[in-house]
Amino acid sequence: MARKQTLEAAVEGLKRFLSEKEDSNEEVAAKIEKLTAELRRIDVAPIDPTEMIKRGFNYFKTNNFEEFYHELAESQHPKFLVFACSDSRVSPSIILNFKPGDAFMVRNIANMVPAFDQLRYSGVGAAIEYAVSVLEVPNILIIGHSRCGGIQRLMTHPEDGSLPFDFIDEWVKIGKPAAAKVKATFDNLPIEEQCAHCEREAVKLSLINLLTYPYVLTGIANMKLQLMGGYYNFVEGSFHVRNFETHFTTPVTM
Amino acid sequence: MAAPSPTPFSRLFNSSVDARPTSLKTATILGPKLKSGETEQAHLRLLTSFKHLKFKASKEPPGLTQQLDNRKLESLTESENGCDLFEDLKHRFLRFKRRKFKENLDHFQNLAQGQAPKFMIIACADSRVCPSIILGFQPGEAFMVRNVANLVPTFESGPSETNAALEFAVNSLKVENILVIGHSCCGGIRALMSMEDEVDSSSFIRSWVVVGKNARLITKSAASNLSFDQQCRHCEKESVNHSLLNLLTYPWIEEKVAEGVLSLHGGYYDFIDCTFEKWTLDYKASNREKNSRFAVKNQFYWC
Repeated sequence: MARKQTLEAAVEGLKRFLSEKEDSNEEVAAKIEKLTAELRRIDVAPIDPTEMIKRGFNYFKTNNFEEFYHELAESQHPKFLVFACSDSRVSPSIILNFKPGDAFMVRNIANMVPAFDQLRYSGVGAAIEYAVSVLEVPNILIIGHSRCGGIQRLMTHPEDGSLPFDFIDEWVKIGKPAAAKVKATFDNLPIEEQCAHCEREAVKLSLINLLTYPYVLTGIANMKLQLMGGYYNFVEGSFHVRNFETHFTTPVTM
Repeated sequence: MAAPSPTPFSRLFNSSVDARPTSLKTATILGPKLKSGETEQAHLRLLTSFKHLKFKASKEPPGLTQQLDNRKLESLTESENGCDLFEDLKHRFLRFKRRKFKENLDHFQNLAQGQAPKFMIIACADSRVCPSIILGFQPGEAFMVRNVANLVPTFESGPSETNAALEFAVNSLKVENILVIGHSCCGGIRALMSMEDEVDSSSFIRSWVVVGKNARLITKSAASNLSFDQQCRHCEKESVNHSLLNLLTYPWIEEKVAEGVLSLHGGYYDFIDCTFEKWTLDYKASNREKNSRFAVKNQFYWC
């Protein structure tokens, strides 16, 4: 009963709000987001998966589709190739407000980019090849995040004595050089802090691995491609981003 | 993805560019030219960062907290473009912070402790088909894998990024639903359908989309009278079903589906007409022979 009352109060609040005049679009949008979020969480029945995606799709079709799709149906010209973690809390479309057409997006465990290997890692290679050679994206952005389960697995297994996960362990070991560096540098810190360091270090490693793909190197050489690393911390609510650049230092005369 | 012209992907690479690291032409190549005969030595180091922006959220005073960490190494300068890009990302993140993060702080704090998504989504990397946008998944709701052409390799094909994510979602997070979403005008499927029979081993895309070869075979036999575009569309949907069958090759997935604690769904998003089809694998009613058709239930078409 209390649930239903809260639901009705939320609906009433939304109705009242929409009928009032508001000066700022930001305020309106933020309040609508909040009320919508509340409504979505308060459900009088257990969530039916079909119902959930039907609601989501109807909202999109009603509110957002028209704005994007006339040009996009023909072709896409995204500005970014994004690598992000599969973690349900870190969708770049939400955090960085990427609209349809903005970002060609790969999502995998711990947002890893392995070094060039056509036999073992054709999936990642296919995405990079398509984005860089065919779509000619000008920017590649790799986004790490806090409390990453994949990085935690990399840092704690097999020392923690847990049973192996055949596929996960094989995948996260791409990040082994980053884990080794963190363990050597920060072994005095508690494991949670070491993991946090590794989350950032693994992004740097993935950026370096990007350079093993010939089309990436070509893009950089032609000054058509920029590589960037990002980190989303959802514990403190922050995001930082940096460019990855290569250059020569001044020569030293001997 | 947009349909590429049928050019072998290997020819897209500019073979005249010298790709050795020492010849990288960035805006920041520095120092005097090396003169032959002298003993000057240039030193190449691979370095990260030096243009570092940090955006902090609600705990800071109102307005924007911005640290510009601009440690300059040699005379590294930021190009005009780079600055605009950081500005762009800053505005995007702060908008999310204002409209979602701050307004739902309790919820985000709970999520920071752990995720318990009900869905695992396998979708294409195409910039037009993000499931968070088209199906409205909010933070915490869907564990998401995105790859070229939303393909799922078989258990027998060995470890890959997609099945590592499957293992995590099913065995660790214990999701209740896996939804594979195909879409219209998929460049990856088009590449699969355009593949010549002889192997061109230089392309990653070919090495990957071959995962969907059975879907291509079925399409070629069922829809050979249709135009190439129509065949691609047929293959886009066929590939989703093929991926669902591949999911069942994982013993720990089949076990959970048989027990009824995990459901497998297929979806197809058409962004020309803005329609969405969805169907669920009916495991009990399916014929269990390999590569045979399976039964579906709860089939919907939203337009």
